[in-house]
Amino acid sequence: MSVLIEGRDGVWEYAIGLEVHAQVASSAKLFSGAPTAFGAEPNTQVSLVDAAMPGMLPVINRVCIEQAVRTGLGFGGAIARHSVFDRKNYFYPDLPQGYQISQYTQPIVSGGSVEIPGRTVRITRLHLEQDAGKSVHDRDPDRTLIDLNRAGVALMEIVSEPDLRSPEEAAEFLTRLRALLRWLGTCDGNMQEGSLRCDANVSVRRPGAELGTRTEIKNLNSIRFLREAIEYEGQRQVEVIDGGGEIEQETRLFDPDRGETRAMRTKEDAHDYRYFPDPDLLPLELDEDFIEAIRAAMPELPEARRDRFVEELGLSDYDADLLTAERARADYFEAAASGRDAKQAANWVAGDLLGRLNREGLEIEAAPIPAAGLGELVDLIADGTLSGRMGREVFDAMWETGKSAAAIVEERGLKQISDTGALEALVDELLAREADKAAEYRGGRTKLLGFFVGQVMKATGGKANPKLVNELLRAKLEE
Amino acid sequence: MRDLGLADIRAGLAEGAFSAVELVEDRLAALEAAGELNAVVTPMPDRALEAARAADARRAAREPALPLDGVPVAVKDLFCTEGVRTTASSAMLGGFVPPYESTVTANLIGAGAVLAAKTNLDEFAMGSSTATSHFGPAVNPWKAKDDPRPRAPGGSSGGSAALVAASVVPAALGTDTGGSIRQPAAFCGIVGLKPTYGRCSRWGIVAFASSLDQAGPMTRSVRDAAIMLAAMAGHDPKDSTSAREPVPDFEAALGGGVKGLRIGVPREYRVDGMPEELDALWREGAAWLEEAGAEIVDISLPHTHYALPAYYIVAPAEASSNLARYDGVRYGLRSPAEVVEEQYARTRRAGFGAEVRRRVLIGTYVLSAGYYDAYYTKAQRVRRLIARDFEQAFGKVDAVLTPTAPTAAFPLGEKMDDPIAMYLNDVFTVPASLAGLPAVSLPAGLDGEGLPLGLQLIGRPFDEETVFRTAAALEAAAGFDAEPEFVR
Repeated sequence: MSVLIEGRDGVWEYAIGLEVHAQVASSAKLFSGAPTAFGAEPNTQVSLVDAAMPGMLPVINRVCIEQAVRTGLGFGGAIARHSVFDRKNYFYPDLPQGYQISQYTQPIVSGGSVEIPGRTVRITRLHLEQDAGKSVHDRDPDRTLIDLNRAGVALMEIVSEPDLRSPEEAAEFLTRLRALLRWLGTCDGNMQEGSLRCDANVSVRRPGAELGTRTEIKNLNSIRFLREAIEYEGQRQVEVIDGGGEIEQETRLFDPDRGETRAMRTKEDAHDYRYFPDPDLLPLELDEDFIEAIRAAMPELPEARRDRFVEELGLSDYDADLLTAERARADYFEAAASGRDAKQAANWVAGDLLGRLNREGLEIEAAPIPAAGLGELVDLIADGTLSGRMGREVFDAMWETGKSAAAIVEERGLKQISDTGALEALVDELLAREADKAAEYRGGRTKLLGFFVGQVMKATGGKANPKLVNELLRAKLEE
Repeated sequence: MRDLGLADIRAGLAEGAFSAVELVEDRLAALEAAGELNAVVTPMPDRALEAARAADARRAAREPALPLDGVPVAVKDLFCTEGVRTTASSAMLGGFVPPYESTVTANLIGAGAVLAAKTNLDEFAMGSSTATSHFGPAVNPWKAKDDPRPRAPGGSSGGSAALVAASVVPAALGTDTGGSIRQPAAFCGIVGLKPTYGRCSRWGIVAFASSLDQAGPMTRSVRDAAIMLAAMAGHDPKDSTSAREPVPDFEAALGGGVKGLRIGVPREYRVDGMPEELDALWREGAAWLEEAGAEIVDISLPHTHYALPAYYIVAPAEASSNLARYDGVRYGLRSPAEVVEEQYARTRRAGFGAEVRRRVLIGTYVLSAGYYDAYYTKAQRVRRLIARDFEQAFGKVDAVLTPTAPTAAFPLGEKMDDPIAMYLNDVFTVPASLAGLPAVSLPAGLDGEGLPLGLQLIGRPFDEETVFRTAAALEAAAGFDAEPEFVR
């Protein structure tokens, strides 16, 4: 939803575009065979190529190309049969070659879109590029140290059009895009570890007018910071304009401690990157078969799966949304629902399971109850072995102990009493003991049914099948 | 053992006329005696003797002979050699010892060759005289009859050319970006071949201009060049631009003769101010080939005139980027400073000589925003036109005959204050470089001063066989057997 900013004399509208840097899920770097493990000792994931030793040459990693194509197909982009790697030249101590290999004029993917509630956000392009290393300023009092573990790691830069109209929409877009990347297995989406980073291009304009001058906020590493930075920047720009100033095209940094953005460099001192095609690499030519093989092996995409959950499995829109927010979640649900009532399974996954995971801060992959095990629990409730309340107790026990539902039912003697004869005797005994109340009920105080049910449940230690008890009591009291 | 060629060494070792150790000891002594040529940056006697002993041990164990068993080879100091200092004749890499071996030198070692020395070159292979070397100029073993001044061996592979011409080693490795094998071969009266771009791996060669750099052999005969190239060439998965072409038996192609071949003589190579004796030699070369059964065809390569300016945009552009890695951060020279920008400036000012700095500046300029299209884009367009000129010519002819360089070797130190005059040395070699074509220079005669002159044969892509075959016929007809004063 659009959010407007109140200015001195009228409202302003945000125009926001994101540049998302997503680390390609790959065991090796973009142009060298070096590994990409996170958190390794400094400079242990570095090949001769990554360190830009004399005479070393880049060789493209096929897996990274496949991942970029898969991602492009995932958001409906056009895959280029012919794309080109360029050199972006600039000096920086953690940029060993003195240039970054990137794609400038001919990216591997063009176009596509991502849906957010109420808006289709257009993707401009996706291109592949190398990450730089890291300058470490706090290990040595006098010197800056360089860690090249990240140098040469493959990144997908995904650029959106300035279609986003509020900080919330930007956050929503990044959330959806991140989920898509994780769904496709092309990026782990881990923002803390820097696998996913985001720059935001922010401008304001009178609603519907031409785009204003934008500023670029660099290196936002959480969705919350993205939202806060854009929020601040929009306000700042309106204040500048209201104060008679002009927005300067510049790069800004967000300071999360102060919640504000600060100018980093202006257009005047922007680099001249001297892009030119990397003569060490031939243009990347993809044939139709290569692309089609990836297309054929694509997983069902979130939207298609969501629609199928609603139409074929009868789930509510809400549950279907929730269960397709992550591929692992949808997979878990489908495994738990397989061969049984999908709506019941959905209630357990969307309700108890996700609730508990959320409380304990766990991902669904780490759930102590396997999907098939949760399915068994659903079955035990469906066949009347367990009441819903008992089911919750069993669920908790499964979570704590890792045992199966059947084993817990057995161990704790939790089996629901559904033996009509035994329950009928208890009911008869109760009605005889509480003849006065029975008479009151028959005289019209039907609310007393709850009292009778409670008494039976108490007598059975909660194991009586509540539905059956209700039926029996009603029959006896109304005969 | 001075004059042995590769085939002679092969035969001598097989017959037991000498051992590899005897040969290598003899050549190492010659190398030491050739100090006045300043052709060597780093000698490798220990490693050479070890390799020679290994070759002898293989023969003693009756293992099948390797194609270059025991052959002493000098290596341009642009090829990274594991554990042996590799300088590119630059102060920047004055102490650099690579922990890896270039693919081409590894191929030679695998073929039994004995790497004997790292040779002098123009700094980072930028030059046509070997005078831009941080280690001082190499000297041509040839001298003019009536002029005692030392001559430039050409460049950038001048050290390699000088050692082969002085009969110190039978073969050497060079690299050629715009003529850096062919022009020094012509200046020193030897054979030098630039293979088709992609024929040899560039992996482990200090890069100058990636889209042009090629390794190639420098020898005293066409046959030896063919033997060397066969050992050097082949696809390398570590170099994306190396070709997946099979490597034919180049030596077998030599006897083919030129009967029925059509040889093109491009009129655009007849440039103003070209010495008459060079023009005469060129005509004579064509006549020799005609006598041997080839048909001589006048052809036109209309964009030749634009090759040199296009080359001096493309090569510096790539060089400016390729040399950005020499920043004093990870290896090589570092001139420390408080702030990193100052450290870059100091390091690169101290580490790079004037010619390298000039080319980095030219390259940076032509890639700059606002100038890119006028220079780089246009130069690339010229490059395509030049390649198309050759494609069209090769519809009519099988090889192209031209002079290699516009003059014979000039006195040492000349042209150093006039970069344009120096760049004009490459006028005949640069077009084949831009088109990525195989081209050989071979000695065809002496000028009036007694200095060697070279002729160049250019072939179709990956058709080194026709180049070798034609060169062998030309070599036989020319009967070049003059020796430099240094040898006499």
